Amino acid sequence: MPPPVEVALQEDLYSVESGPKRTRSLLARGSLLASPEAQLRVLNELPLARGDFEAALGACGWEDLRPARLDILQINVGRLCNMTCRHCHVDAGPDRVAENMDRATIDLCLAALDKSTAHTVDVTGGAPELNPHFRYLVDQCVSRGKHVIDRCNLTILLVPRFADLPDWFADRGVEVVCSLPHCRKRTTDSQRGDGTFDKSIQALRRLNAAGYGRGDPRRRLTLMVNPVGAFLAAPQTVLERDWRTSLAREHGITFDRLFTLNNMPISRFLEWLLESGNLEAYMERLTNSFNPATVAGLMCRNTLSISWDGTLHDCDFNQMLDIPLATSDGRRPHIRDFDPARLHARRIQTRRHCFGCTAGAGSSCGGATA
Amino acid sequence: MTSYYHPEHLANFGTIAEGNKALADKFFDWYGAVFQDGALSEREKALIALAVAHTVQCPYCIDAYSRTCLEKGADLEQMTEAVHVAAAIRGGASLVHGVQMLEHVKKESM
Repeated sequence: MPPPVEVALQEDLYSVESGPKRTRSLLARGSLLASPEAQLRVLNELPLARGDFEAALGACGWEDLRPARLDILQINVGRLCNMTCRHCHVDAGPDRVAENMDRATIDLCLAALDKSTAHTVDVTGGAPELNPHFRYLVDQCVSRGKHVIDRCNLTILLVPRFADLPDWFADRGVEVVCSLPHCRKRTTDSQRGDGTFDKSIQALRRLNAAGYGRGDPRRRLTLMVNPVGAFLAAPQTVLERDWRTSLAREHGITFDRLFTLNNMPISRFLEWLLESGNLEAYMERLTNSFNPATVAGLMCRNTLSISWDGTLHDCDFNQMLDIPLATSDGRRPHIRDFDPARLHARRIQTRRHCFGCTAGAGSSCGGATA
Repeated sequence: MTSYYHPEHLANFGTIAEGNKALADKFFDWYGAVFQDGALSEREKALIALAVAHTVQCPYCIDAYSRTCLEKGADLEQMTEAVHVAAAIRGGASLVHGVQMLEHVKKESM
C-alpha cells in the first residue's frame, strides 16, 4: 500500500461541511460487498432467464467484442471523495486515502497518452480534484492539445481550497461533466445526501459565472444524470429539454448538454438493490431491455480505463470489479507496458453487469449510445 | 377465481388478442402512438396517465404508470401532485353536484 495522500488532511473530508454523506463506504463498514469477488458472486448466482451476456452479444453478431479506435484515456486518479453517495460504483469516500494515483503513475499515463490515438483524457475518481497531482495532470494534458474532462461531483467546488477551479478550468478549456441525478431537491438528496442539491445549484451558478454552460465549446458544462432507483435512465433528449426549462426557470442555471447513465448493479448500488429487494427485478429489467443497437457505441470499445495503481481495464466498472483487461501473456496489464497494437487486439472482458450498458437506449460515460 | 386482481394479468395484457386479434392490434397500436413524445412530452403523458389511473382506480395502471413516471424522469413530488389533481377533480365533481342539491333544497323548502 502506498502512503496516504497527505493533502486529504488539509480539510476534514468526513465533515458534512466538506460534502454531504448519504452512507459510509462498504469498506469502512466492513461489508462483504466491499470485495469485487463477492459482488460478482451475487450477480452470477441470480436465476436470470437471459443472463448470459456473451450469448446476448453472440445472438446479434458480436461473438467477439473487440475495441474500435482508442479515443479516450479515462484515468481514475483515486477513490477519495468528500461525499459518500448511496449508489457509488467506486465505493468512494473520505476513508479511501490509500487508493490514489501517485506522480510516477501519472507520468506513465502521460507517456502512454503520447503514444496513443486518444484525443480526450477523462479524469475521474472519487473526487478527482482531491488527488494532489490533479492540476499537474490536467495542465500536462492541456499542453499536449488534448480535450480534458473533469468528472465533478459539484460539491467539491464549494470546499475553499477548490473554489478557484471554475475559473482555472475555464482558462484551460476543461469540460466539466457533473453529477446531478435530478433537477429537484428531494430526489437528488435521497441519493447523494442531505444538502447536495443546494450545494450543487450553488456550484452550477459558479460554473455559469465562469462562462460554463453558455454554448462556448471551450467551456462546456455537461450534466450526468443517473436514475435514483431500480429503473432505467429516462430518454436523454427529452430529459435534456425538460431540465433545461426547469433549471433555467427555477434556478437561473444553464448547461450545454445532458448525458444519461444507467446504474450499474455493482458496489453500493448493488448493496441498495439487495437491501431494498429490487435486485432480481432490476437485473431482469436490464436483461429484457438488451438493445443490440447499443453495442457498437459501448465505451469499452473506444476508452481505456486506468486505475489509481496503473492497472488497465476495459472500463471503470470492470476496474471496480477488479477485472483487468485481457493480455496474451496473462500478466496483469499496467500502463507502463502500454502498447497500442497489443491493446487493440485484445478481447473485451464482459460479465453480467455489462447488461447495464446495453439496456434501453444504452449507457456510457458519454451518455446514451443507441 | 380466488381474487379479482392478479398482478400477472398486467404482463399478460397481450393475451386479450386471443378472442379478437384485429381489435387488439388496433388498440395496442393506438395505445403506443398515444404515449409517444408529441406536443406533450412522454413524462407529461405518464403523469396524466398516473392521475387517470387513480381516478379509474385501476391497480394495473397505477403499477405501470408509477414505474413509467420514474423512468421518464418524474419524481415523488410531481407524481403526488398529479394524484392530488385527480383527487381534487374527483372531490370537486362530488361537491359541485352540491349546487344541484342546494337548488333542490331552496326550491322545496321555505
